[in-house]
Amino acid sequence: MKQRVIAIAIFWLFLAIRAPRFFEAGNLRDIAVANAPDLIVAIGMTLVIVAGEIDVSVGSQFAVASVVAGTLAKFGAPLPLVALLTAVAGGLLGAVNGIVVAALGVPSIVATLAAMAFWRESLRWYTQGAWVQGLPPTFQWMGFSQRTGEIAILALTAILFAVFLWSMRRLQAGRAVYAVGSQRESARLAGIPVQWISFGVFVLAGALTGIGALLDSVRFSQIQSNSGTGLELKAISAVVIGGASITGGKGTLWGTLLGAAVLAAIAPSLTFLGVNAFWEKAIQGAIILSAVAFEKVSARAR
Amino acid sequence: MLGETLRALRSLGIGQMTNRQIAFIAEKLAAVASPRGEESGKRWRIPDQLKLCAGSHDVRFGYDTGLLLEAIGIEKRYGGVRALKHVSFDLQHGEVHALVGENGAGKSTLIKVLTGAVQPDAGEVRLESKPLSHNNPHLSRQMGIAAIYQQPAIFPELSVAENIALVNESGGLFRRVKWSERRKKAQELIEAIGAEIDPDRIAGTLSMPEQQLIEIAKALGGNVKALILDEPTASLTERETERLFEIIARLRTRGAGIVYISHRLEEIGRIADRITVLRDGETIDTRAANTVDPRTLIQLMVGRDVASVFPKRAVPLGNTILRVSGLTCAAARVKDVSFEVRAGEILGVAGLVGAGRTQLAETLFGLTPADSGAIEVNGQTKSIRNPEDAISAGIAYVPEDRRRHGVVGNLPVRANATLGILKRISRAGLLRENEERNLAADWVNRLGIKTDGVDAAASSLSGGNQQKVAIARWLAAGPRVLILDEPTQGIDVGAKGECHRIMGDLAERGVAILMISSELAEILGMSDRIAVMRNGSLAGILDRSEASAESILALALGQACPEQAA
Repeated sequence: MKQRVIAIAIFWLFLAIRAPRFFEAGNLRDIAVANAPDLIVAIGMTLVIVAGEIDVSVGSQFAVASVVAGTLAKFGAPLPLVALLTAVAGGLLGAVNGIVVAALGVPSIVATLAAMAFWRESLRWYTQGAWVQGLPPTFQWMGFSQRTGEIAILALTAILFAVFLWSMRRLQAGRAVYAVGSQRESARLAGIPVQWISFGVFVLAGALTGIGALLDSVRFSQIQSNSGTGLELKAISAVVIGGASITGGKGTLWGTLLGAAVLAAIAPSLTFLGVNAFWEKAIQGAIILSAVAFEKVSARAR
Repeated sequence: MLGETLRALRSLGIGQMTNRQIAFIAEKLAAVASPRGEESGKRWRIPDQLKLCAGSHDVRFGYDTGLLLEAIGIEKRYGGVRALKHVSFDLQHGEVHALVGENGAGKSTLIKVLTGAVQPDAGEVRLESKPLSHNNPHLSRQMGIAAIYQQPAIFPELSVAENIALVNESGGLFRRVKWSERRKKAQELIEAIGAEIDPDRIAGTLSMPEQQLIEIAKALGGNVKALILDEPTASLTERETERLFEIIARLRTRGAGIVYISHRLEEIGRIADRITVLRDGETIDTRAANTVDPRTLIQLMVGRDVASVFPKRAVPLGNTILRVSGLTCAAARVKDVSFEVRAGEILGVAGLVGAGRTQLAETLFGLTPADSGAIEVNGQTKSIRNPEDAISAGIAYVPEDRRRHGVVGNLPVRANATLGILKRISRAGLLRENEERNLAADWVNRLGIKTDGVDAAASSLSGGNQQKVAIARWLAAGPRVLILDEPTQGIDVGAKGECHRIMGDLAERGVAILMISSELAEILGMSDRIAVMRNGSLAGILDRSEASAESILALALGQACPEQAA
C-alpha cells in the first residue's frame, strides 16, 4: 500500500511539473464527479472480491438501473423514491447472482457472465436501443443547479464510502466477509453462515451499482440505454490496483479509492500531456499488470 | 539333475498336466534338488515353465535366484521424527507378504520408500538384487513396482482406456495416439483380471471397487513384479474381496510378489505367507503366517509399555453434559452411536484410520447433520443442523487439519481468536475492538502463543503457534463440550505437554471433552473412558481401569467378540 501511494505521488509530481493545469480545481472536480458513480460500483466490487467471488455483470446492472431510474422519474416519482427503487432494483439483480452462486453453487465468474449478457441483451430488446428522454426538470442535477448537484453527488459518494469503510472494519458482517473470502472452510467451522455472506455481497454490489447508476444518470438530460459498458473491468481493475487479492480475503476500500483515482486520472492526464488518447486502455492494462506483478514479487520477497 | 528332469518333463508335455500333478512333481523335484529340502521355509528352485503351468495358487513356488524386492536398513526422518528406524523388509517371488502395525507405525512411509516416492536417509531398496537409486514412482512402475492405495488414484474425467494408457504407454508428448490399440490393450488387461468393465466408460462413473480393479489392471499393464496393496479391501464388499483374492492368486502364480497391508487380520491369515509387524518405525518381527494367531499379532503390534507420561489429573466428575443416542448419518457413514460424557470427563475416541471418528465429530458439530438420533447438551435436546447451531448449543470442535481448516491466514491473530464468538464480542452487529483485543491478548498469554502482538497476521506465525490460535478460538467460546480431533498431532513434545495441561484445566472447569486420537498412548494416558469405533459404529466403551492397548486394538480390529469375527 505504501509503495503504491509513493508510486502515485511520483506520477502526480511529474504531472504537476509537465501539466500543472491538470490540478486546477475545476478539472479535478470534473474528474471526481464523472468518476464518483464508478467508485460506488467499485465499493460493491470490493465486497464481492474480498468475499472470494467476482461479479462481471455490474456493467449490465448499471444500464438496467439507469433505465429504471429514468423511467420512474418520467412517471413522476419523487427523487427519493426513485433513488430507493433504483437501489432495490439493483439489489434484486444482485440477488439473482447471489442465489445462483450461493444456493446453486455455480462459480461466480460463470453465473455473472451469463447475467451480464442476459441483462444487457434483455435491455436492448426492451428499449429497442432508444434513450430515455423527456425527463422532468427535477431529475437532472436532482433539481439543483449544476454546481450544487455536483457537490451533492460527491457528498453522497463520500458518505457511502465512509459507511462501507467503517462497516467492513467494524461490523461483525464485515469481518465475516474477510473470513469467508480467506478460508471458506474455516469460516464455516467457526459458525459463520457462509452462503448468506456470499449471497449478501452480491445483493449489496447490485444495490450499490443501482445507486451509482442513478448518480451517473442525473448528470445528463437523457439516459443512454447502453451505459455502463466496460464498467465491470474498470471496477475490478480499481479493486485489484488497490491491492486486493483476486482470490479473496484481502483488500480495503482505501485501496479501491486509490485504484479508482489512478484509473480516473489516466485519460485526462494524457490529454494534458498531449499524448494520443488512444493510449488510454493500453496504459490502463499496463498499470493493472504492474500492480498485480508487483504484489506477487513483493509477496515472494517476504 | 534338475536339467534332466526338466527335459524329461518337457518331453512329457507339461502343458497337459493338472496342477495337482505339477505340485506333486515340484515337491519331488525339490526334495532332490535341494540338499536341505526338508527344512521348512526354504525355497525351491523350480523351472519357469513349470511355474507358468501352475494355474492355481495352492501350488506355491519360489525362486532361490534372489529376492524380488528388498529394503535394507531403511532410515527416514521427517523433521525431528524418526519415521523409520533401520527397517528391513523383503519380498520373494510368488509370495504375499503382509505388513501390519498401528496407525503411525511407519507402514505408509515404508511403502513410499519401496515405490521410490520418498528417498530414504539411509539404507537401500533393491529390485532383483539391483539397487533402486531414483526416487520416482513412475520409473519404479516401469521397472515393475506398483502400489495401489486405499483411494484409487484415477483421473475421473478420462475414460478407463485412457487411465490405463496414461501409465503404460511410453513415448513423448507428441506421439500419435492409436485409439483402437489403446482400447484393445485396456480390454485385454481388464479381462486378464477377470473383470467386466467397458474401456470406454468414464472412470469417475465407476464404483469404488471398480476403480480399484482399474488400478490393478494398470499395474498389470506395466508387467508388475511387486504389487503393493494398501488396505485394498477397506471399501470392498465380501464378494469383491473374494474376487480380489482370486486376482492376487493369479498374480502370484505368475511369480509376482505382493505386499499386503490391511487391518483385517482374518484376511491376512487367509492370504499371507509371511507377516511383518512394524511398530514405532521399527521392524518388530517377521513370521510365517501360519505360525501366528490374531492375538499374538495384536500383542506384537502394540507391544509397548504405556508409560504414564501423561499428567492425568483426578477430576471429580459432574453431571452428564453430552448425551448422544442412536446418532446416525448415512452421508458420513456414522451408524447408531450412543454415549454420554460428564462434566470434567475426557472421553477418548479411538479407532483405526477410517473408522469414522472424524465423521462422528463432524456429525456432532453439524457439518454433516445427523439423519436420526438425538444430541442432548445439559439435559436439553438440541437440533444441530449446522455449525452455528452447534456453537450456540455449547459445542466446540477443533478440527484435525488446523492449518487448512483452522486459522484464517489473512486475518490478524485477534480476529482469528474471536471468529467463533463474533456475536458475543459485538453489540448490535458492531465489533467492540477493545474487548476483542483484551480477550485475544488474554488467550495469547494463557496459551503462550508466540506472536508480534494480536494484530499480526495469523499466517506470520509458526505452525505450532497457528494451531494454538485455532485452539484459542474455541476455548474463547467457553464451550461446554469440546471436541478435539488429533489435538497433539504434528506438534513437538513441549507443546504436547502444554496441550494436555490445558485439557486438564478445562476438565477441571467442568468441560466435557471428546478427544479423538490415533496415538494409543495418548488415549490411554488422558482418557477417563475410551470409546472405540469401528466401521462407523461404536465397537465398545472401555473404562480407564479396564482399558489396555490390547483391548482397544482388539475392539478396533473387531477381534473381541467371537460372534462378530464371522
